[in-house]
Amino acid sequence: MSRLWKWLVSAVVLLLGRRPPRLERDERIVPAGEPSPRAEFAVLALLGLATLCAVGFVVVYAFNHLAHQTQYLGLSLGLALAFLAAACVVVSKRLVVEEQIEEDYPPPAHPEEIEEIERIVEESDSRFTRKRLLVLGAGAAGGALGVAAITPALSLGPFLQTDPFYATPWRRGLRLVDELGKPLLADEIEESTFYTAYPERANREQIGAPLVVVRLSPSELHLPDGRGGWAPRGILAYSKICTHAGCAIGLYRTPLFAPAEPKPALVCPCHYSTFDPATGGTVLFGPAGRPLPQLPLEVDGKGELRAAGNFSGPVGPSWWGVRLHGARGPAAP
Amino acid sequence: MRSAFAVAVVLVAVSPAVAAADPPPQGIVHVRAKPGTPLREWGYQLYAGNCATCHGPSGVGVLPSMPTRGAGDIRGAGPPLAGVGARAPDFYLRTGYMPLAHVPMQPRRSRVLFSDAEIRALIAYIASLGPGPPIPTPHPERGNVAAGLHQFTEHCAGCHQVVAEGGYVTDSRVPPLKDVTARQVAEAVRIGPYVMPTFSKRQISDAQLDSIIAYVEYAKHPHDVGGWSLGHLGPVPEGLVAWLIAGAALVATCIVIGKRFEA
Repeated sequence: MSRLWKWLVSAVVLLLGRRPPRLERDERIVPAGEPSPRAEFAVLALLGLATLCAVGFVVVYAFNHLAHQTQYLGLSLGLALAFLAAACVVVSKRLVVEEQIEEDYPPPAHPEEIEEIERIVEESDSRFTRKRLLVLGAGAAGGALGVAAITPALSLGPFLQTDPFYATPWRRGLRLVDELGKPLLADEIEESTFYTAYPERANREQIGAPLVVVRLSPSELHLPDGRGGWAPRGILAYSKICTHAGCAIGLYRTPLFAPAEPKPALVCPCHYSTFDPATGGTVLFGPAGRPLPQLPLEVDGKGELRAAGNFSGPVGPSWWGVRLHGARGPAAP
Repeated sequence: MRSAFAVAVVLVAVSPAVAAADPPPQGIVHVRAKPGTPLREWGYQLYAGNCATCHGPSGVGVLPSMPTRGAGDIRGAGPPLAGVGARAPDFYLRTGYMPLAHVPMQPRRSRVLFSDAEIRALIAYIASLGPGPPIPTPHPERGNVAAGLHQFTEHCAGCHQVVAEGGYVTDSRVPPLKDVTARQVAEAVRIGPYVMPTFSKRQISDAQLDSIIAYVEYAKHPHDVGGWSLGHLGPVPEGLVAWLIAGAALVATCIVIGKRFEA
C-alpha cells in the first residue's frame, strides 16, 4: 500500500513538478515571444470543458432510459470535439509564435549550367538509330503490363457470359405457390388486387422466380398475337422484376370505376415504370425499355394455377444482346 | 319522388353560385326536412339534389356513354351505388371525398360539406338501394403494432410509404394517412377507393386489419429516435441535408480559423 502511494506521489511530482530550467543555448532560432497567461488559461478552460463533455457522454451512455438519450449523446460528444478544436485554435493563434516571411522565387542561379545539362540530355541519344521503334516497344510493354494488372478482375464473375441471365426456374406444369408455399387456386384470385407467387420447390432468390399475379375481366384483355391461351379466366402472371433496374413491382393501380379513372397498371416503386397488364406488360410510362415478361398460365383439374411454359422474354434488367434469345427453362439436373 | 328531384334542380338553379355563369356552378343543396320525415326519405331528397347527377336516379350509375347533363350543366359519370351498403357512403362522405368538385378528378380529403345528420340520412338512403356491407367496427386496441408494421410494409407501404406519408402512383396521388380514423382505414382497405387495390378478408383478415390500424395510429406520431424527421423521406435525403449543413459549417469554420488575426 505504502509502496503504491509512493509510486503515485512520484508520478504526480514527475508530471506536475517544476523542472530545472533548460540551459540557454547561445542563439535562438525562433525569437522568444511574449508569454500570454490569459491565452493559456483559456486553453486550459476549453480543455477542461472538453473533458467534462466527454465524461458527460460516458455518463449519458450509462443511463439507458433517459429521454432523448440519442440527442444528449450527440450533443456531449459534439461539444467535446468542438471545445477540443477551439483549444487547438487558441493555441495556434495566441500561443505559438508566428513569423511572416515574404520571399520571391530566387532567379535561376546558374543559367549556363542549366542549358548545358539540357544539351547533355538532348545529345546523349546519338547511339539510338531506331528511336520510334524503341518507343513503340516500351509502349507495348507498358500496355501489356497494364492489362496484366487488371486481368485478375475477371475473377470477380462472368464478364461476357450472359447465358445464365436467360435461365428461369419456370417450366411447363410447375405450380404457382404463395409466400408460405401454398398452391394458388384460380378461384381464389380476385380482381382489383394483386398477388405475389413463386415456383413450387425452387430457389426464390433467382431473378426469374417471383411473379406478380392479377386478374382482369377477359373482355378487357388485348394480349399480343400468340398469347391467346396465356390468361385462363383472365388471370395473368408477370415477372415481378422490373425490366429497368430490377426492382420488385410492388404497386398495382386498379380503378374502382374504370370509365373515369386511370386504367389498371403494374408500377415499379423505384422509377415509376408503369406496365399495362391487359396488353401483355407493355410499357405505359417510365424508363423501362422492354415489356414486363409474361408467364403463360393454365388451370389444372384441381383448380390450381400452373405454368404453361416459360416467360415471353428474358427477365430482369436489360443487357447487351437481351433481345437475341428468349427465356430458357432451368438447366437439366 | 319526381317532384322532389325537380325541387332540388330548382334550388340549384336559383342558388347564387349559379347566378355567376363562370366558373361552373358548385355548392351543396341542403334540403330542409320537415320534422318527422323518415331518415331515408330525407336522404333521398339530399341524394337527388347532390348525387344523382353522377350516380344516376336511384343509384343506377352514369356511364360516360350516356351523355347526361345534370343540375348546373354538370356532365355526370359515376359508378352505380346499389349494393355498396353503408360502408362506402360513410367513407366517401366523412372524408370529404364526395361530392367531387368536377368529374373526372381524384377524390381528395377535403372539408366535409354535409352535416352529421345529413350524412346519416344519405347513408340510410344509399344503404337501402340494395343489400351491402355495413359500416365496419375495427378494434385497433386488439391489434399488435409490430405485426401491423409487417402487414403494412407488405400490403400498403409500397404506395403509402412506410410511415404513411403518402406519395404517388403514375397518374394519381397516394394520400398520406395522418388524418384518417380507424374506421376509415378499415373501410378503405375493403373498398379500394380510386386506384387502390381491394383487399379481401382472405388477403387481410379482420385481426390483421386491427394490427394495421394500430400501426397507422402509431405512424401518425412515430417515435423518431434521431430527432428531426425531415418528413421521413429516408436515409438519402437525411444524409444530403447533413452533408449540406455540416459541409457548409466546416468550410466556414476553416475559413475563420485560417484568417490571420490582427495581433
